[in-house]
Amino acid sequence: MASEEKRLIWIARDLSKCSGCRKCEVACSLFHEKCIWPEASRIRVFMLAPGIEFPHFCAQCEDYPCVEACPVNALSVSKETGAVIVDSNTCIGCGKCIDACPGRIPHLHPKGNKILICDLCGGDPQCVKVCQEGLWNVLRIVPKGNYSYKLYARTPEEIARDLAVKIFGEDGARYV
Amino acid sequence: MIRGYAGKFLEVDLSAKSFKEVKFSDEVLKDYVGGRGLAAKILWDRLGSKWETVDPLGPENLLLFLTGPLTGFFPGGRICVSGKSPQSNGVVGSTVGGEFGVELKCAGYDGIIVAGEAEKPVYLFVKDSDLEIRDASHIWGLDAKQTTAVLTRECRELLKARYPQKGEWKEPSILYIGPAGENKVRTAAVAAKWSHAAGYGGYGAVMGSKRLKAIAVKGTGPLPEVADLEGVKTLMQEVCNNAYESELWRRWGTGSAGYEVGARTSSEPVRNWQEEWHDERSFGVNEFENRVWVKQYWGDFGCPTTCLKLAVVRSGRFKGAITDNPDYELQAYLGTNLGIFTPEENVFMASVIDDLGLCGIQTGNVLGFAAELFQRGILTKEDLDGIELKWGDAEAFAALAKKIAYREGIGNILAEGTYRAALKIGEMKGVDVMPYAVQVKGIGVGAHGIRSEKDYPEIYSYACSVQGGDHTSTACMPLDDFRSELMMAFHDSGVYCYFNVFGLSRTLVFNFYKAVTGIELTKEDWVATKAMKIIQLQRAMLLLGGPDLKWNPEIHDENPPRFYEPLPSGPYKGKVIERTRVAEEKRRYYELVGWDERGIPKSETLRRLGLDDVDKALEKLR
Repeated sequence: MASEEKRLIWIARDLSKCSGCRKCEVACSLFHEKCIWPEASRIRVFMLAPGIEFPHFCAQCEDYPCVEACPVNALSVSKETGAVIVDSNTCIGCGKCIDACPGRIPHLHPKGNKILICDLCGGDPQCVKVCQEGLWNVLRIVPKGNYSYKLYARTPEEIARDLAVKIFGEDGARYV
Repeated sequence: MIRGYAGKFLEVDLSAKSFKEVKFSDEVLKDYVGGRGLAAKILWDRLGSKWETVDPLGPENLLLFLTGPLTGFFPGGRICVSGKSPQSNGVVGSTVGGEFGVELKCAGYDGIIVAGEAEKPVYLFVKDSDLEIRDASHIWGLDAKQTTAVLTRECRELLKARYPQKGEWKEPSILYIGPAGENKVRTAAVAAKWSHAAGYGGYGAVMGSKRLKAIAVKGTGPLPEVADLEGVKTLMQEVCNNAYESELWRRWGTGSAGYEVGARTSSEPVRNWQEEWHDERSFGVNEFENRVWVKQYWGDFGCPTTCLKLAVVRSGRFKGAITDNPDYELQAYLGTNLGIFTPEENVFMASVIDDLGLCGIQTGNVLGFAAELFQRGILTKEDLDGIELKWGDAEAFAALAKKIAYREGIGNILAEGTYRAALKIGEMKGVDVMPYAVQVKGIGVGAHGIRSEKDYPEIYSYACSVQGGDHTSTACMPLDDFRSELMMAFHDSGVYCYFNVFGLSRTLVFNFYKAVTGIELTKEDWVATKAMKIIQLQRAMLLLGGPDLKWNPEIHDENPPRFYEPLPSGPYKGKVIERTRVAEEKRRYYELVGWDERGIPKSETLRRLGLDDVDKALEKLR
């Protein structure tokens, strides 16, 4: 039986289309935490100004600086999915991965002092499902290629300012 | 403890600068649910005995921000704002969309009760159980967009400084007032996210009277545990699937009504309701979509419909104006009602109203009223401090809106809202201007007229509503009709967005309530006992009224005089609502809700519902 090599996936993101419905946060926390818990969601919708909401989550940089930065080897890259996996028994919540991330994307779980990073739900991301279902199409699954995904790892402020210009016009950044 | 609730409320006394936790018994929560219902209960219990003397804009009034058990679970998050209304002197359950209610529950509170008044401007900062009354002198006077930007930055910096390990903090949810609220303008809103407003009731003025500029909340906990998580998930999916099928509703939101209600049902206010018909295709929602919308789908927490849209004027005189859609109500009240028929001018007007922290409906109502007085020569250019208030002149209306927000000149009178302004101007000019005031019990009528009888409100809907002209709470028969205010009281008490209910079975919301709380509640029981109690409480406080005005149901359970003029144009030209029909329907309605022939809740009604103290209080009105 010819077995096709399993391709890694990546979540493509078109941030300017985000409606701010935060269903991704609901789906993520229901999957990982078994309750609705926006602050414990691995994908977080920021609204630094109304109208420019966007989801902020792991971009899976090709060189994984967060994994490199972890002093206790709590972070690893999943061979099956390419996602960053947090060993919460080992994680000491030091925050070095946050500083190493160009987008300051990882954040601490509100209870328990452990870092949270998108794990692609083991290969079947729940956030993408709800975003697709609602036809917002901000999130979409594509095969992972050999690209500079690091470009997507940006801080909430950087993203918000750019989106504000895109959506509100030349002086839009003043609203952030 | 009942599931779905955080289990405690936060009470803030701004005079004493103190906080305390308040809890309500399971019985109270079962009977009054949350939001609007619980607001009526809290206000009656704490202010009922002295209701007539409580100044809505004085320190005695309570300002309530209440979630409901369904907030955060039922798709489309909202928060209910209430208190003694400076518009009706009764109680309005005024809800506004956004994440505030969800954030509050995640912080561990089902609601916030604000008492007293601060000495100087403050804002309230809530991070879970860390509570702080903070100085707001640097944001007092700022408009909606400035206030939001400064507070968002300031609160995120505060969070970063206090919890440095956490990583990037998401912004807190913020409710605020603009300059209009600060100046106690009775048409001021409590607002969120630039353009979302709890407008009906005038609670922006109450917030301003307490010198409370804003409340910012960050809750890091989960939403409360529910009784049946799988059931909640299934019902959430059902609500969403239903919404996803509604292409028109999702694509255009209420905006499609801007042409529809004008041209087809002929029930849209045009030039202060002198007409209710227009056939201006320039005002079709497709024009808005193509010319000003920069985001087609914009929504609040959990919403599958995302009926909001983001609008920006991209060129011309009003370049840079930003608001949402505008939705139907503001297309009407800041458009057709002022003789304005282009998307760009409409967006400009809405953005001015947002920035000042005004309610677009109530302010559009009073602006239209003023313009008709100008048209009739009752108000002159001199009276209006040089403003030539001609129909369709967006800049003139914007200038007058600013005067209202800052209570300058004629603005000081119009800031009292249409009814009170009509009393004052009538006295000033020696002319009865009440025929031009399109309001019921101090509340401007929403943009759905009754004259064509082709829109959803009935000919007695506003006259009999416990929230006056509020188009989101209309009296309808039978009492379990989906438009009835007894059913609306469920949405406003569960506190979620009613727009996500369209097209669903009418028992679904009660099934949802059971899945969240574990409590069985039928539609029949809701209407016959629980909603009935809420409506009687609201009616009692509305009729007790005071201190500046009291309503006599024999006079004030009535449509605005304009609604008895024949429709002058459109497909229903010449159609007249006869007073005898309204009187007959009113009698039938009174009977159904257990009021006497004068509209006072009967003793037997109140006693059957266990509201003996309300019965005693109403004796003086009988």
